[in-house]
Amino acid sequence: MDRAATANRIAELIEPFNKKGIAIAEDTTFAGDLEWDSLTVMDFVAAIEDEFDIIITMNQQAEIETYGQLIDAVTKLQG
Amino acid sequence: MTDLFSKFDPLIEQRRALLAGGVEDPFNLVMERVLSPTVAVCNGRETILLGTYNYMGMTFDPDVILAGKQALDDFGSGTTGSRVLNGTYAGHRAVEDALKDFYGMEHAMVFSTGYQANLGIISTVAGKGDYIVLDIDSHASIWDGCKMGDAEVVPFKHNDIVAMEKRLKRIPEGAGKLVVLEGVYSMLGDIAPLKEMIAIAKENGAMVLVDEAHSMGFIGPNGRGVAEEQGVLDDVDFVIGTFSKSVGTVGGFCVSNHPKFEILRLVCRPYVFTASLPPSVVHTAATSIRKLMHAGNKRAHLWENSRTLHKGLRDRGFQLGTEEPQSAIISVIMPDLERGAGMWEALLHEGLYVNLARPPATPAGMTLLRCSLCAEHTAEQVQTIIGMFERAGKKAGII
Repeated sequence: MDRAATANRIAELIEPFNKKGIAIAEDTTFAGDLEWDSLTVMDFVAAIEDEFDIIITMNQQAEIETYGQLIDAVTKLQG
Repeated sequence: MTDLFSKFDPLIEQRRALLAGGVEDPFNLVMERVLSPTVAVCNGRETILLGTYNYMGMTFDPDVILAGKQALDDFGSGTTGSRVLNGTYAGHRAVEDALKDFYGMEHAMVFSTGYQANLGIISTVAGKGDYIVLDIDSHASIWDGCKMGDAEVVPFKHNDIVAMEKRLKRIPEGAGKLVVLEGVYSMLGDIAPLKEMIAIAKENGAMVLVDEAHSMGFIGPNGRGVAEEQGVLDDVDFVIGTFSKSVGTVGGFCVSNHPKFEILRLVCRPYVFTASLPPSVVHTAATSIRKLMHAGNKRAHLWENSRTLHKGLRDRGFQLGTEEPQSAIISVIMPDLERGAGMWEALLHEGLYVNLARPPATPAGMTLLRCSLCAEHTAEQVQTIIGMFERAGKKAGII
């Protein structure tokens, strides 16, 4: 799946987690802008992992701060 | 200059607001005198202890006390050295022998705390390029062991067998895998489906580490823990445990049947680069562990206590962490930190100590009043405790 298609799928997946209805752009941060707690992060990561059949390890998650970085990482992890 | 402490400001403010309401500080209690495994004088009041990890009540066992006193006379107050240099005394060997007999395993390695046992084993066994798959509700010592090592860390949803299996199957071919589980999860007092989880871990070529800190001495026919209870102890590669709960002193350990296990004594940094336990501690631990091998009656009484308290609290309208009592921990769920602290204080004024547990120690941001029972609590004490909960619960507006 290329970056655009991956971005489309992630946009659908993030919807139920974006409870405050914040407008999401490439530079939106998960901790700062979306104010997600660790539990929400875990559930969201699990949803992404299951959708794309990948693992995003804690080590990789530490490098992902923005929505754009997540799309890049998932695109890359699909190989 | 940036004040490095500014990152703690939100917590400082939260504490200030809580204490400004006049509540006794839940995290600053002093036990002035300890009268027995179940009663102490705290902040000037005689108090029933329902928040210790003294599950089997071994802290005042006469044989245990005697062994400690004798060791102080015979070996002195401390070893002043690492286990691998001058810090291994006869008592350290004796307690490792007691652990091998207790678990029926080939190898035992004793650390200075349970925290260090997890820190050391996990960070050493799983190295660069290996994968650790662990439950998201794992204890801080497990997480810190992951952080200290160089392995890739993959958490899964608490006790979710399918989520664990999916993640194991996605790990690249040929990578080393360590699955880390706990027997009893200490916040809610629930147990893990180890039988199913360990079978899946083995099918997927993973080694398995189980932390049985909160089950030792109590769960399983021989008190070896949840893996023994579910008949899968033989499939566990590493059991981690502690002396600071049922054993009644301090220290940690790992037991294993791995043929190369002994090499860890040379490569495990939290084992090598710290002082060994004092002689009095290892002798009390060895005596206590050997007595726990024959503690069937105490185990039965502790289960009675757990069932009675669980039913008593549920019948009075408290919301509990588990549907059925699964361990010696009964967790009472509070609506929020403020009312939890109020309830905690009301209980303390009744003469009952429980643990107030709050995030980040708790799952899902919960505030909990965590009750841990002791085999030395009498049936009458348990009824007294239920009465105290009822009065305090009404006073604090919880029920």
